[in-house]
Amino acid sequence: MPEMNLRDAVSMGLREALDADDRVFILGEDIGEFKGPYAVTNGFLEQYGAERIIDSPISEAAMVGAGIGSALGGLRPIIEIMTINFMLLAMDQVVNHAAKLRYMSNGQIKVPMVIRTVTGGGGQLGATHSQSLEVWFATVPGLTVVAPSDPYDALGLIRSSIEDDDPVIFAEHALLYRIKGEVPDRHYTVPLGMAKVKRHGTDITLVAYSRMVHVALEAAEVLAERGVDAEVVDLRTLRPLDKETVVDSVRRTGKAVVVEEFWRTGGLAAEVASTIQEEAFDYLDGPVGRVGGVEVPAPYNGTLEAAALPNAARVVKYIEDLYGI
Amino acid sequence: MDLDYAQASAFYEQMLLIRRFEEQSGRLYMAGKIRGFLHLYIGQEAVAVGAMSALRSDDYIITHYRDHGHALARGMDPNIVMAELLGKATGSSGGKGGSMHLFDVSRGLMGGHAIVGAHLPIAVGLALSAKYKGEDRIAVCFFGDGAVNQGEFHEALNMASLWELPVLFFLENNLYGMGTHVEKAHAGGRDIFHGADAYRMPALQVDGMDIVDVREGTMRAVERIRSQGGPVLLEAMTYRFVGHSVQDPEAYRDSAEVDEYRERDPLVTFKDRCMKQGLISEDEAARIEDSVNDAVAEATRFAEESQEPSPESLYDNVIDASSTE
Repeated sequence: MPEMNLRDAVSMGLREALDADDRVFILGEDIGEFKGPYAVTNGFLEQYGAERIIDSPISEAAMVGAGIGSALGGLRPIIEIMTINFMLLAMDQVVNHAAKLRYMSNGQIKVPMVIRTVTGGGGQLGATHSQSLEVWFATVPGLTVVAPSDPYDALGLIRSSIEDDDPVIFAEHALLYRIKGEVPDRHYTVPLGMAKVKRHGTDITLVAYSRMVHVALEAAEVLAERGVDAEVVDLRTLRPLDKETVVDSVRRTGKAVVVEEFWRTGGLAAEVASTIQEEAFDYLDGPVGRVGGVEVPAPYNGTLEAAALPNAARVVKYIEDLYGI
Repeated sequence: MDLDYAQASAFYEQMLLIRRFEEQSGRLYMAGKIRGFLHLYIGQEAVAVGAMSALRSDDYIITHYRDHGHALARGMDPNIVMAELLGKATGSSGGKGGSMHLFDVSRGLMGGHAIVGAHLPIAVGLALSAKYKGEDRIAVCFFGDGAVNQGEFHEALNMASLWELPVLFFLENNLYGMGTHVEKAHAGGRDIFHGADAYRMPALQVDGMDIVDVREGTMRAVERIRSQGGPVLLEAMTYRFVGHSVQDPEAYRDSAEVDEYRERDPLVTFKDRCMKQGLISEDEAARIEDSVNDAVAEATRFAEESQEPSPESLYDNVIDASSTE
């Protein structure tokens, strides 16, 4: 099985869609001549031309609005929003329009649009460029929110996202682009709305998505050295949430900690924890825990920023304190 | 006035249908049968009817929340519109859209949209899809003077002009954004169409109280868009004779101003001109009045006798509703 990094996996999925379907086009800032702010669309302009690889003015609301309109007109737009922080400028288009038009028109129209965007902190980009706002979108009916943690899932999920007839927010973590993994030659997809057990274990369930999956896996290794066998569940899709996989795991382990980069207050971990206590209460050996970002705007200084983000040591310490293990 | 008998009758009948439909909607609102917000189009009928008369059946229409006039002028069945206003299963959105969200995709009516200015970028996307696919249909976007102070107005004009997209930005300047006069809201003053210069976009202004002027201006704009590509901004100076919504006590304007505009009632002036020129006879005018009254009575009967939406329809046409139960 060939190995590739996450950037190339997403890139490959985009190329396949462009090759397979003339209705697919990409619109984004600096995706063409600049070759992509994160180089995902490097070489696309040369191969597919300016009609399908459209460099946009810095105009996020209009970019998403134009994506919606083009979808209403029968196209399959892929909109690249440079980082999820800039999605706030397009929040109205995403929440009031993309998510609602199918429902408000009673199915007369659908919005088959993918919004690709870059999420997460850890790059010393300061408070306005380091957020994990995919969580906000995951509260909105009508949206699907996806955040892969490895190249295999990135390719499988971008394929499913582009094929989907409803709007999908596809959040790629900036620090995961170089992560490598095996990707089969055979065609496969990863269905939207399905979590995956990334590490099997019997003593505690760690639930995470995107970069925090790697933090959870690292924490699991530390726990293993202490004789604690942790299971790690990668949500992969934030909405719809795969409750079944999470609950099934917790019923087997009896303990659960949810790890996310978003702030703890109102985060996805709160939703997951609540679901666990609703559906696996009798199986729990103790409270369901949450490790999230510290409740401050992301600082620029690297030491301070590291202190604001979850890491394996923090997760392990939290588990020690919570469960005494 | 370059109209034949059939056109004169048809235009008068469509305007009168909107007037009587809106008067009846107001009554049904006061009777508690229509709920929520209700924004009536009374006074602006010449704009929708004049504009639609200059468009092709395959052109896209997208409009603001004061949308009953556009829907009826585009040929939507008054029964279906009224049923939607009453929230019935037989309404255009099965009772899930309401007054502000009328859709009829079969007629290219891509929605009434209720976030001021937000549908302008969606119109850009519709036009983008037409150009992308090599179609010569255009996207016509109706919006009010309130929308021009939103960022999305400027983003949409910029994008459409930059990419030479076939959009007719159709500004219905009724002088008030809700209760705020245009002179108090727009630094460019009441003649907003000059603002198109900033985007190197052709623009024109018509008398929105005169259906013939609206029609001829729209024809010129559409001809230019189809022959030369690129957008046009058309400003129709109009006036609503009733409040912003049915609940508006109209504290912000003098009744003398309303009376002044009522002297220029687009239905009365058009009918008088047609009668003077022999285009509409007394008998024909009476026939039209009867026909319109019958249509509105039938729409009311149909809507009132229609079923409420089924409880199950709550979950229709939204992804993943079941997984959030």
